[in-house]
Amino acid sequence: MTTDRPTRGVVLRRTVAALAIALAPTVLATPPAQASPGADVAAHTHSAADTGTSTSTDIATDCQPDDATACVAVVVLNDAGDRIPDAEVTIAGPGGFEETVTTTAEGPVSVAVPEVGRYAVTIDPATLPEDEPLPAGAATELSVTAQTGGTGRAAFRVGGEAAPTESPTADATTAAPGGDDGADTGTGTTTEGGEVATAPEGDASERAFSWAQVWQQFGSGIRFGLLLALASIGLNLVFGTTGMSNFAHGEQFALGAALGFIAINQMGLSIWVGGLLTIAVCALTGLAQDAAIWRPLRRRGTPVMQLMIVSIGLSITLQYVIQLMIGGGSERILSNNPQPLNILGITLSTASWISMAVALVCLVGFALFLTRTRLGRATRAVSDNPALASATGIDPDKVVRTVWILATAFAALAGLMWGISFGSFNWQLGVQLLLLMFAAVTLGGLGTAFGALVGSILIGLVVELSNLVIQSDLRYASALVILILVLLIRPQGILGRRERIG
Amino acid sequence: MSADMSAETSAENAPGNGPGTSPEPESVVDAAAAAAVAPTSAVAAEARDDLAQVEPVVGAPKPDAILVADDVVRRFGGMTAVDVTHLEVQRGAITALIGPNGAGKTTFFNLLTGFDTPQSGTWSFEGRSLHGKSGARVAQQGMVRTFQLTKALSRLTVLQNMLLAAPKNPGERFWLSWLPFTWKAHEKAATDKAMELLARFKLDDKAGDFAGSLSGGQRKLLEMARALMTDPTMIMLDEPMAGVNPALVQSLLGHVQALRDEGMTVLFVEHDMHAVRHISDWVVVMAEGRIVAEGPPRAVMQDQAVVDAYLGAHHDTDLGDDSLLDPEILARLEAEEEKR
Amino acid sequence: MDEFLRILTQSLAEIIAPTTAAFAIAAIGLNLHFGYTGLLNMGQAGFMLLGAYGFGIATIAGFPFYLALLVALAAGLLFALILGIPTLQLRGDYLAIVTISAAEIIRWIGRSTWLQEWTGGASGLQGRNYKGTFQDLSPLPDGRTVIGPLEYINTGSDSWWTRIFAWGLVALALLFVWLITRSPWGRVLKGIREDEDAVRALGKNVYSYKLQSLMLGGMLGALGGVVYVLPLTIAPDAMGRTMTFFTWTVLLLGGAATVFGPVLGAMVFFGAYMLMRTGMRALAENTGVGDIITTTNVEQIGGMLVGITLMLLVIFRPQGILGNKKELAFDVR
Repeated sequence: MTTDRPTRGVVLRRTVAALAIALAPTVLATPPAQASPGADVAAHTHSAADTGTSTSTDIATDCQPDDATACVAVVVLNDAGDRIPDAEVTIAGPGGFEETVTTTAEGPVSVAVPEVGRYAVTIDPATLPEDEPLPAGAATELSVTAQTGGTGRAAFRVGGEAAPTESPTADATTAAPGGDDGADTGTGTTTEGGEVATAPEGDASERAFSWAQVWQQFGSGIRFGLLLALASIGLNLVFGTTGMSNFAHGEQFALGAALGFIAINQMGLSIWVGGLLTIAVCALTGLAQDAAIWRPLRRRGTPVMQLMIVSIGLSITLQYVIQLMIGGGSERILSNNPQPLNILGITLSTASWISMAVALVCLVGFALFLTRTRLGRATRAVSDNPALASATGIDPDKVVRTVWILATAFAALAGLMWGISFGSFNWQLGVQLLLLMFAAVTLGGLGTAFGALVGSILIGLVVELSNLVIQSDLRYASALVILILVLLIRPQGILGRRERIG
Repeated sequence: MSADMSAETSAENAPGNGPGTSPEPESVVDAAAAAAVAPTSAVAAEARDDLAQVEPVVGAPKPDAILVADDVVRRFGGMTAVDVTHLEVQRGAITALIGPNGAGKTTFFNLLTGFDTPQSGTWSFEGRSLHGKSGARVAQQGMVRTFQLTKALSRLTVLQNMLLAAPKNPGERFWLSWLPFTWKAHEKAATDKAMELLARFKLDDKAGDFAGSLSGGQRKLLEMARALMTDPTMIMLDEPMAGVNPALVQSLLGHVQALRDEGMTVLFVEHDMHAVRHISDWVVVMAEGRIVAEGPPRAVMQDQAVVDAYLGAHHDTDLGDDSLLDPEILARLEAEEEKR
Repeated sequence: MDEFLRILTQSLAEIIAPTTAAFAIAAIGLNLHFGYTGLLNMGQAGFMLLGAYGFGIATIAGFPFYLALLVALAAGLLFALILGIPTLQLRGDYLAIVTISAAEIIRWIGRSTWLQEWTGGASGLQGRNYKGTFQDLSPLPDGRTVIGPLEYINTGSDSWWTRIFAWGLVALALLFVWLITRSPWGRVLKGIREDEDAVRALGKNVYSYKLQSLMLGGMLGALGGVVYVLPLTIAPDAMGRTMTFFTWTVLLLGGAATVFGPVLGAMVFFGAYMLMRTGMRALAENTGVGDIITTTNVEQIGGMLVGITLMLLVIFRPQGILGNKKELAFDVR
C-alpha cells in the first residue's frame, strides 16, 4: 500500500502548504497521536491512500471521452471509500439507450453513450452485498449529464448511515472535459453538495513542477481574476453607494450562468442572442429588486446591518430558485467541446480567451463610465459622500438605481462567461464565488473602485497558483486565508486609505 | 460631591453676576452663555489667580499642570491634522480648546484620550505618560471624555447607562457575573450614587426610560452625568453645546462651571467662541493643526490676529458655503446621516 | 384525516428533535454574540463543525465522553480566539467576512483529502464510530417507549436518551446565559452593542469583553455541533453556510437579546419547516397541484420559503416573536 502513496516530496510539500493555510484549531482538535491503530483507523488510512492515487488513475478505461464520444461512469462505494464490485447498474437515456453494467473493485465502469444528454443511472439493490445495503431512504436512481469530451459520473454510497444532506443535490457530478489545458481531470468529487465541479485544470499538485506549469496557472489566474473582477464590481458599487454588504450578489452571478444555460443550451438560442437576453433579464431583476425591496427600505431608514440580513434572506431564496430552474446537478452552457487555443504559451479554451477579452473591455468601459460620464461621476460622488452629493443636486435614488442595474448586469455577464469558460457549473456557484468576491473587494479596499480589480486579479492568481502546491480542493481556502492575513496586516485593504477619525 | 451645586442655582444666580463688560449678546448661544455664569468658588478663584500669573504665549508653562503634551503629530496621508509642540493644562480650571472647523481640535482631543494614535509625541496626565494607552486605560486613570455626537446607549435605560459607568464593579468580571451575591452590595451603592447624580441633572424621573427616548440636550446631560459616575479628576467635553436647544445651553454651561467649582479640571472643545468666553478660565486656539494662541479669554478674543485669521473668517458660517469642503464637517454630516 | 395526523405528528416530533435542540444551543450562542454584544458572527456553523469534529475525533481516539466534550468546547474556544484576536479591533463587517470565510475554510479542510485520515474527508465520520461512549451513559432501560404519538427506542442514535440529553443541555445553556446576561457583565456587553466607543470612554476594556463574548458563544456553538451530530453523522457539507443562515433565522424569529428567543425560534422554525414540507409533499401526492409542486421540488420550495421568511421577518418584525418593540434588535454601527 505504501507504494501507492504519493512520493515523500509531494507529501511534504502538500503538508507544509496545507499547514500554512490550516487554522490551528483543526490541528488541535484532531489529536493524531492518540489515534489507536484500530480497524477503523486502518480503514480510513486505506481509503486515504486509495483516493490519493485514484485522482490520477481512476479515469475509466472502457470509454475514453473525446470530441465525438460521451461517457457515463458508475462507481459504488461503501462508507470506507472502497469500491463495491458486482453490483448491477442500469444506464438509460435519450433515444431508448439502455445498458446494464456490473461494477468492479478496480475502478469506475464507464460506457460510451450515443448522445449528449441526461442519463438515469439505476442501481439494483438486490445485487449489493448483504452487509452493505443502500442506506434507508437513499435514492436508487441518479441522474447524470453526458457531454462529448467528458465523463458523466454517478456514485452510489452504500453501507453506513444516511448522511444528513444539506441539499437535495443528486449524488452525481459531471467531470468537466480536460480540453481546457490538456490536463486530464479526475476531480469529479462524487459526494452530496459536491463543491465546485468546475476544476478543469485538475489537481496540479499531482504533477511535476515546471515553469511552464506556473505560466499556465498564471494565465488561468488572470482569467479567474478578470471574471471575478467583473463580478465584484457590482458588489463594490452597491457597498460604496448604499453601505450594504450584499450577500445576494453571488446568486446574481449564478443567475447569469443559470439563465444562460436555459437560453443557450435548453432553448437553443445562439450564444449572442441568449447571452444578451440573459443579461437583460438579470438587469431587470436588479431594477425590480431596487424598486421593490431596497428603495423602500432605504426610505424607511433601515440600518445597513438589517439590510445585510435581508440580502441573506434573498440569497437563500434565489439559491433555491436557481436550483428549481436547473436542478441539483452540474450543467454546461455550451454542449460542444471547447477548442483549446494557445496564446503566449498559455493554453485556454477559445471561449475563455473571448471571455477574458470581453471582461477587459467591460472593465475599461466601466472605468471610462466612472470617470468620463456625468452619471459615473455622480456615482463616485455618492460613494464618497452621500450627504454632499445630494446637497449638490445629485439624485441618490437615481444613482443607486443605476448601480443596481449595472451590478446585476455585470454579475450576470460574469456568471455567464464563467459558466462557459470553466466548463460546467452548479447551483452552488453563487455562494462559493461570493466569498471570493468579498475577499477580492476587501483585499482591494472596500468601496474603492479600482481596488476591486487589483484584489480580484490577486485572488485569481492565488487560487490558480496555489493549485501548484496544495490539493485543488483546498484552493479556494487559500484565497480566504490570504484575505484573513491581509486583514490582519492592512485592514483597509491594499488600495484603501485609513479612515479619518474626528 | 455636593448636590446643592445644581443647575438651577447657577442659572438663577447667573444674571446678577454676568460680566458687565461683555458686549451685546450676538446670538442665542451668546445670551445663554452670558446668563450662565456662576459665582466663582475658592478653588476656581485659586486656579484663576494661578493662571493670571501665566504669560499668554503659546506653550506657556502653568503653575500646576495636570496635562502636558509635547510634539504630538498626527498625519492622515499627506496632510498633517495635528502638530502641537507644547501644551500644558492647568489643574482645577476650565480650559477651552477653540478654533475654526478643521483646525484639528477633535483629532487632538482623540489623541489625548487614547481614541487615536499619533505618529509621534508624548503626553502625560498627572505626571504619568499616556502614550500608547488605550481609551479605556486613559479613562481608568481619571481622564474621562464625552463625544461630540452624543453616545447615549439607546437600548439601555438611563439608570443602566449610569450604572455601566461605575468603576471597579466586581460583577463586570465574567467569573463573578453569575454569582449575584458577589456584586449586589456594590450595585446598590452605585445605584444610590447614580440616582443622586441623575437628580442633579434633573434626569431622575427618566431613570427607567430607554436612553434612546431622551431629547438631544438630555442625552448631553446624561453623557455628562455618566462621565461623572467614574469619579474623574479631569473631564474632557467634546463640543458639549453642539446641537443642543439654546434653552438647555444655559443649564449645560452651569453644570460645566459647577464641575470646576468642585475641583475638577475641565477641558472642552468648542467651535462657538461666544459660548466659551464667559465660562472658561483659559483659552487655547488651534488652527490648521497647530496651537496659534493661548491666554485668558478676553486677551485671546482681543488678539486681532486670532480673530481675523482664525475666528473671524469662519465664524458663524453655516453649511451653505465652502466650509462644506471641510473634512470635519463632512464627517459630522456623514455621521448624522447614519444616525438617521 | 390519517394523513393529516401523520403530518402533525411529524411536525411535533421535529419540534422536540435533537437537531432542533442543537440549533437552539447554537442560536443561544449566536444570541450572546449578536443579540447581546452586537457581533456579526456569520460562521456559527464553523464553530459547530469544529465542535463536532473535536468530539468525534477525540472519541474515536479513545477519549471518554466528558473529556471528548471538553475537547469540543476547547476547539470552539480556540477558534474564537484565533478569529477574534485579530478582527475584533476592526469594523463590525470585517468580523462577518472573516467568520464566514473561516467557517468555509474549516469545512473545506474537513472535506479535503488532506486530513481524511481523521476527518473522513467529504463523506465524514460515521456515527457508529463515535456514539458508543454517549450511548453507554444512558440510564434508560433497553426497549422502546411510546409517549403520546411519539415512539422511539430508549437508547441509540434517534432515541429518547439523545432527546433528554440534548434538551437538558438546552436548559443548562439557557440558565447559564440568563445568569450572565442579567449581571453587570451582561450590561457591559449590551453597552458595547449600543456603542463601543462610549463604553471604552468609561474605562472598560471593550476588546476583552468582545473576545469573552465570542469565546462563550463559540463554545455554545461547538456544543450545539456535538448535539447535532449525536443522532447523525459528522458530514462537513451538512454544516455549511446554510446551517449558519438557519441559525440566524432561528435567532431572529425567536427574538434576539431575549433569553428564550433562540429556543422558541428553533421550535417554531423547525416545526413549521417540517409541517410545510410534509404538507406540500402530501398535497403533491394526493391532489391536483402535483404539476406545480412535485415531490422532488418540495425541498427547493421549502428553502425558498425559508429565505422569504427571513426577509419578511427582518423587514417587518426585526424584534422577533419575543422581542420588545422598543428594544429593536438592530442598530447601526
